[in-house]
Amino acid sequence: MAEMNRGSRPLSPHLSIYRPQLTSISSILVRITGNALIVGALLVVWWLLAAATSPEYFAFVDGLLTSVFGKLVMLGSIWALWYHTLGGVRHLIWDNARGLDLDSAYKLGWAVVYGSGLLTLLTIVIL
Amino acid sequence: MVQLRLPKNSRIRTGKTWPKPEGATNLRKFSIYRWSPDDGENPRVDTYFVDMDSCGPMVLDALIKIKNEIDPTLTFRRSCREGICGSCAMNIDGINTLACIYGMDEIKGDVKIYPLPHMPVVKDLIPDLTHFYAQHASIMPWLETKTNRPAKEWKQSIEDRKKLDGLYECVMCASCSTSCPSYWWNSDRYLGPAALLHAYRWIIDSRDEATGERLDDLEDPFKLYRCHTIMNCTKTCPKGLNPAKSIAEIKKMMVERTV
Repeated sequence: MAEMNRGSRPLSPHLSIYRPQLTSISSILVRITGNALIVGALLVVWWLLAAATSPEYFAFVDGLLTSVFGKLVMLGSIWALWYHTLGGVRHLIWDNARGLDLDSAYKLGWAVVYGSGLLTLLTIVIL
Repeated sequence: MVQLRLPKNSRIRTGKTWPKPEGATNLRKFSIYRWSPDDGENPRVDTYFVDMDSCGPMVLDALIKIKNEIDPTLTFRRSCREGICGSCAMNIDGINTLACIYGMDEIKGDVKIYPLPHMPVVKDLIPDLTHFYAQHASIMPWLETKTNRPAKEWKQSIEDRKKLDGLYECVMCASCSTSCPSYWWNSDRYLGPAALLHAYRWIIDSRDEATGERLDDLEDPFKLYRCHTIMNCTKTCPKGLNPAKSIAEIKKMMVERTV
């Protein structure tokens, strides 16, 4: 209620004292991966634009994106893509008002975490 | 709006360490949030030591013992001491719960106690719940009817009555709403899990005749749809209820009535 008139009253602590749990962490990760994917997508667009510009420019951008750091970013993007997709599937299930009891919600949470890791590995092996 | 840092007057400074009780061997450390409206200072966290050999098993027992034997100025709400009034809701060991039914054996290490998160503090562990209650009132928490009053009571089948199980038990302790990050950032416009659970309780009541109006009222980008299924509410509810599910059911009804 930070924007409300609290008078001289302090605001009680929140994020700094609340215990993180699987459901809250897996929820915020959907947002973080969603935003990170915008950056990842821009990098790919940059790479394509470079290919359309000139061979020299493409060589420069391709060199950046296939460097160790560039590969790490792309690996992160693959994971983010899978995580965000599975997170979306989880939301579809929840939108049907299913899987919302704590037990199922925790199972779905771990499924998204392990599932995204597994699918990332598979993607790397296949590609 | 998301505001990660506490406002200037709300940042916590180091507090006082109160003397250990004499002759006690089984001591437990308590870190408790303190703020007084009288001295114009910032909140602080005080340290107390409680003799567990002469203390009851619940967190509320320890709080009462501290108030009786160590520091009479420690301020908190309590009444029924059996989880039915909802007065002693506070943040214990990182989650919101009722001090009277939360056993100290469930906590590892020191016991950390704060008021319900992201609320204006009246004193120590007492949050100002005015806005929370106003939100509850805004969902019309009563039976709305249009047909003439029956000669006796409004009747309901056993099956229809069963739909209210898991909803009517809510004691309005505000644990769920104040555990919700969406409520922290948008409580001025988002109703929060407690008010929405109550809204659903009246929406699915077979005797209620204002279902359409109730749904119309919630058809708003903020009131209902700031719920992002973070599920802190369900995880923390000291009564074991499921506000996240109620909210999902309302969202589903919203879609069903337009498709």
